[in-house]
Amino acid sequence: MSLTRRLVLGGGAVTALGAGTLGLGWWRVDGPGAARPSSATDPALPLPLGDMTVTLTDHQGRRVAAADWVGRPTVAFFGFTWCPEVCPTTLSDISVWLEELGAEADSLNVAFITADPERDTPKALAEYLTPFDPRIVGYTGTPEEIAETAAAFRVRIEKRPVNQGDYTVDHTAGVFLFRADGSFGTIIDYHEDRTFAVPKIRRILNQA
Amino acid sequence: MKLSISALLAFTLCAGVVQADPIRQGNLEVDGAWARASIGASRPGGAYFTVRNLGNEADRLIGLSSPVSAMPMLHETTVSEEGVSRMAHVEAPEIPAGGALVLEPGGMHLMLMELTGPLEEGGTFPLTLIFETAGEVTIEVPVLSIRATGPEE
Repeated sequence: MSLTRRLVLGGGAVTALGAGTLGLGWWRVDGPGAARPSSATDPALPLPLGDMTVTLTDHQGRRVAAADWVGRPTVAFFGFTWCPEVCPTTLSDISVWLEELGAEADSLNVAFITADPERDTPKALAEYLTPFDPRIVGYTGTPEEIAETAAAFRVRIEKRPVNQGDYTVDHTAGVFLFRADGSFGTIIDYHEDRTFAVPKIRRILNQA
Repeated sequence: MKLSISALLAFTLCAGVVQADPIRQGNLEVDGAWARASIGASRPGGAYFTVRNLGNEADRLIGLSSPVSAMPMLHETTVSEEGVSRMAHVEAPEIPAGGALVLEPGGMHLMLMELTGPLEEGGTFPLTLIFETAGEVTIEVPVLSIRATGPEE
């Protein structure tokens, strides 16, 4: 396949205009460059990680840019440690998936991005993540950095007051998968049967 | 023989700790209670249980109290079509005749707000449920791992 591609795309200066255009057409429509779902074709999908300009702080206090995740497949999800429900459930599920994948999962970036930067300091994240799989890394930032991250992921975060000055955070609960090249792969939806999660992650691991 | 007796004993002990018998109060039966271990006491804790109504009339859970929480509340997690999770306060849920009120991860849960101390794995705490018709019942809630997803673990 790659030989054909090289022949078509690298068709020489003389035929470059004609053959090149045809070749590009094939490449985009039927070839390996055929449109994968991406934010270019669907604005509801996350940007490729390489196009994200945000930098966050991990639970050990290191500054990490989302673009730094490119090079390894990435599993990313939003949550907050004050939530006693969805977040421990998601973290438990992800820990189980990572254990099932075993050493295969060592090459993944696994990012738990807080939806509640005010309460989730790096220390709060570190404390909360202790019982879960050590490959999960917590990320926080300034409220502006988190808002920018959410926008890049097309994630909704809404702080909602509950009784007496307390608040809860409504947020997109899906788990986002990105290929090693940073392109968006798929979402593990909160509603879906979680038995499909490990095969989905494995597919991301095996895609360049 | 010795071995099988001790094995049986071990099994009975395990079963006794994890799976308490359902507690009957009037026409209601409370079962499958468990809580997640908390990290410290600053964050709310989460707990779950099932109430079955064996009677012919609906009842309602109208009150909750526990020494571990200054403000226990029922919440329900809902996830919208767009995948946004949200928690909503549930007031006085009905236990339909012949039906059940089920609290479980991803659905309705008991939020133990303002914990008076950390919920430690392996411990238990009392929880009082007040029903409109059946009255009041206190159950003992075992605290399981923060990674637990159900009462059977």
